[in-house]
Amino acid sequence: MRQHKLALCREHYLQWVPEQTERFIIKYQMFTKGEKILVAVSGGKDSLSLWDILVRLGYQADGLYLGLGIDGGIDYSHESQRLSEKFADEHNLKLHVVDIEKEYGQSIPMLAESSHRGYGKPCAVCGLAKRHEMNRIARDLGYDVLATGHNLDDEAAVLFGNTLNWSSEYLLRQGPVLPEAEGLARKVKPLCRFYEREMTAYALLSGIEYIYEECPFAEGSQSIFYKETLNQLETTRPGVKLTFYLRFLEARKSGELFIEKNVRLGDLHPCPKCGQPTSTSDLCTFCRMIEKANIEAE
Amino acid sequence: MPAKLILRDKEFEVKAGMTLLDALKKSNIVPESVIATRNGEMITDDEVLRNGDVIKLIAVISGGKK
Repeated sequence: MRQHKLALCREHYLQWVPEQTERFIIKYQMFTKGEKILVAVSGGKDSLSLWDILVRLGYQADGLYLGLGIDGGIDYSHESQRLSEKFADEHNLKLHVVDIEKEYGQSIPMLAESSHRGYGKPCAVCGLAKRHEMNRIARDLGYDVLATGHNLDDEAAVLFGNTLNWSSEYLLRQGPVLPEAEGLARKVKPLCRFYEREMTAYALLSGIEYIYEECPFAEGSQSIFYKETLNQLETTRPGVKLTFYLRFLEARKSGELFIEKNVRLGDLHPCPKCGQPTSTSDLCTFCRMIEKANIEAE
Repeated sequence: MPAKLILRDKEFEVKAGMTLLDALKKSNIVPESVIATRNGEMITDDEVLRNGDVIKLIAVISGGKK
């Protein structure tokens, strides 16, 4: 790990990652041992590793798998569900499985087509549906906090994109913890300071079987382009991704950014259909999409 | 006999005696984007490649460049 000037053997590496995770959980006041955590698992290396680490550390962590109905010629959703269930079974953990098509009558690719969102790719619909469903299920099932496996490369890529666009509202929201608010579960990212390469190493060294292929729709996406660009920088300037993210967090906290200290987020009110907070005047974006998709499908 | 790097369905031949880091750069593979294994064991960037080595590269960014 050139960014830390640190080299560890397998045994110590598998101790170091959970120890560091615990340190970040405490530093950012994510949750405590007494709270119930719902881990969003996709069958990928990051989310399964996060679940593994939290359980090793003695946290009460259950899993949530969302069936998106994506095939892409590689049976992507079935395989990722199989690996998530296998992990849960082998570790004797509770996994909630929610199938989008069973809940809403259409899979993610079908919703994308019938709602005409996303310019031919279902990624926008997928992101919207995942955020909505993860929040709904965490709250419905009485979890204190929702944990996702976002790593530093994910966070740095989002930060890079938002900085290129000077998206101040998104910059204001980005961080290791999104606090609980009316209608919104607390969201945390305990792996946000680990490089993607470090998490891959953790999954391999732990023997976690994960889905190697990413979602077939992710190929060529902007976020992957940003990750590759940042990795080019990292090769010549080891530590640049970590510094980019940590200095952003420091600057945001201190109010040094262009963001003023007291900027208010737009007013939110409950969606008349699902009750989740929305800034739109009527139904939230998710419920509008479902309505439109259902009308188109009839 | 050269060493061989394998990334997904692509193969790259490199001279034995180079470090893994140099071999990756010479093959235009961003070192930060892969983890290298030899006979199933992870190896570090400063490992010197030997004659006939077959190095399997695991992409860390899923869905990245093929």
